Amino acid sequence: MGLFADKYPEVPFEEKSRLWEEVKADARFPDYLYGCYECGICVAACPSARFYDFSPRKIAQAAAREDIELIYEQMNDDVWNCSQCFSCNRCPRQNSPGGLITILREVAVNNGLRSAKQALEGYSRIVYKIMGTGTQVSPDMLQPDAFPDWGPQVRRVSEELDLWRRALPPETLHTTKTGWQVDDKTLIELYLIWYTTGVMDMIANVDEGLNLILSDVMEEVLEDAGYEI
Amino acid sequence: MGIPTEALTKTTRRFERGGDIPTEDYHDIINELEADGELIVQRVPEPYIEVMTKYGRMKKIPLNTTWHHKSCGQCGHIPGYSTAIFWLVRKLGFDYIDPTDQTSCTAWNYYASATSNAAAQAAVAHRNFAAAYETGYFPIIHCGTSYGHYKETREEIMHHPHLRHQVRDVLAKFGKPLVMPEEIVHYSEYIHAVRDKIAALQTRDFSKIATVVHPACHYYKLVQEDAIYDEEIYGGQRTATVSATIVALGGQVRDYSTWFDCCGFGFRHILVSRDFTRSFATLRKIEVMKQEANPDVVITHDTGCVTTLDKSQFATGAAHGANVGVPVMSDAQFAALAMGAHPFRVCQLHWHSTDYRALLEKMGIDHEAAWAEFQQDLDDLKAGKKKYLSWEDVG
Repeated sequence: MGLFADKYPEVPFEEKSRLWEEVKADARFPDYLYGCYECGICVAACPSARFYDFSPRKIAQAAAREDIELIYEQMNDDVWNCSQCFSCNRCPRQNSPGGLITILREVAVNNGLRSAKQALEGYSRIVYKIMGTGTQVSPDMLQPDAFPDWGPQVRRVSEELDLWRRALPPETLHTTKTGWQVDDKTLIELYLIWYTTGVMDMIANVDEGLNLILSDVMEEVLEDAGYEI
Repeated sequence: MGIPTEALTKTTRRFERGGDIPTEDYHDIINELEADGELIVQRVPEPYIEVMTKYGRMKKIPLNTTWHHKSCGQCGHIPGYSTAIFWLVRKLGFDYIDPTDQTSCTAWNYYASATSNAAAQAAVAHRNFAAAYETGYFPIIHCGTSYGHYKETREEIMHHPHLRHQVRDVLAKFGKPLVMPEEIVHYSEYIHAVRDKIAALQTRDFSKIATVVHPACHYYKLVQEDAIYDEEIYGGQRTATVSATIVALGGQVRDYSTWFDCCGFGFRHILVSRDFTRSFATLRKIEVMKQEANPDVVITHDTGCVTTLDKSQFATGAAHGANVGVPVMSDAQFAALAMGAHPFRVCQLHWHSTDYRALLEKMGIDHEAAWAEFQQDLDDLKAGKKKYLSWEDVG
């Protein structure tokens, strides 16, 4: 039993334990957790702790005492608040709560937790861009309806985009749909990485539609290049 | 002018390097792995400059024949950042490759969405490293997150044989070897190493320019031991990159209390939870900088930091009357301006959001005349007189 009330009693303890075992099975897990002085340095350094009900110390402590119910709660309610800045690596015990969260998130995605799907709503176009084109950020993302809080300059960029990209001296930057010009051969190699390391399965777990779209694009390219999926 | 860090340097409790170094030397490990036939170490080519890192070890920074691993956020949204880096390397007379056989590191997406895993991330890193190795040029990493993440993957490749073999097998499917660079080098380390060469070519007086520095989290908080430190900068207690460059160029480096805080980027937050990003960037960074240091400009050395600190100021200023309005740029753009670079043709400041015109005036730059020159370039492009602005065009 954990120290706190179980927020997800409808989820069997065995299922929560199974997810925790997946976290511990990650090769990086022993590098991220050594113990906890409860000194609070990680919390003091954490940007997310200032704005959310979020504590990297609780993440490390729950992991250290294997509080299965609290870890499950954190996996659903807390981990997506983390900024992944790794300011918490300041830990005098060399814990990395941010690293633990990376693994917790991965397990959440791998198992298609509803909270992970919700956290990633609105994020599909980013995943599509990086996995499909090889560059995550493209100039044509700069649209005023996407970044209204960035001020009138975004509208100016979007209106002048083609011209302003041609006014960049580096020859590789005359693109608008990708951050820079990426070779076809390079993309093929990237697609092979996604397929051979299980990333396509991860995408299917959280967004079947996105998986179908990406598969259509990638499989055609890979088959044309002579690779069997 | 030096950096005002009396509290760090005049105390009787001096910070001394020495004794046992708390981390293993990655050079030893990758050399052993190479001897065992597990991977190939790409050596830092000569000429190089050696600089000190956090625990007193030395790090080689190559000067010539560099392969520039670009940043998606820089190239996509603030392209003057990348352009300034290339311009500096060209002006210093060094050879480089701006590759098309390069992908993003994909770490922004990984830290935002976790829709990847250790093997995929390491394979992406080492595909890029192998691409550099095939050219014979040595990788220089433009993005702070790419740099930090690649050091994470180096740790994993060194210590987890199963992962190492998995990545080696993936790379073998398309005929690439597993290559580990002798050093993972950030472009700001390159600028740090050549800062005196840049200063020797300086054409603008920056002695009246007051700066504050935001050190990028993923530069010095991830795998901390090979970030650059210098006894002369902050008493050796904070990373020296960026600050040492500004000092070399004669600029003022002012201190502020929240220097350790992140910028608020958050990876997923900057894209889908920007209320957090705007709030943090303003309340914990820009307003504190203004209140405590009143800088003319914020200088930093990472994609996300420039983007966040620059773009977050509009809404908080307009909607909440926040005490904002400080231009933000990279150390590369700052150094290029010091060397006489054009603010629009090279530094491409028109892609930035926060007003920079007062800063340019203080730097002695006639921004109206410069903008008119750039407008003429655009008119020439529109008229079909040339297809692109070239390096020859920008001086």
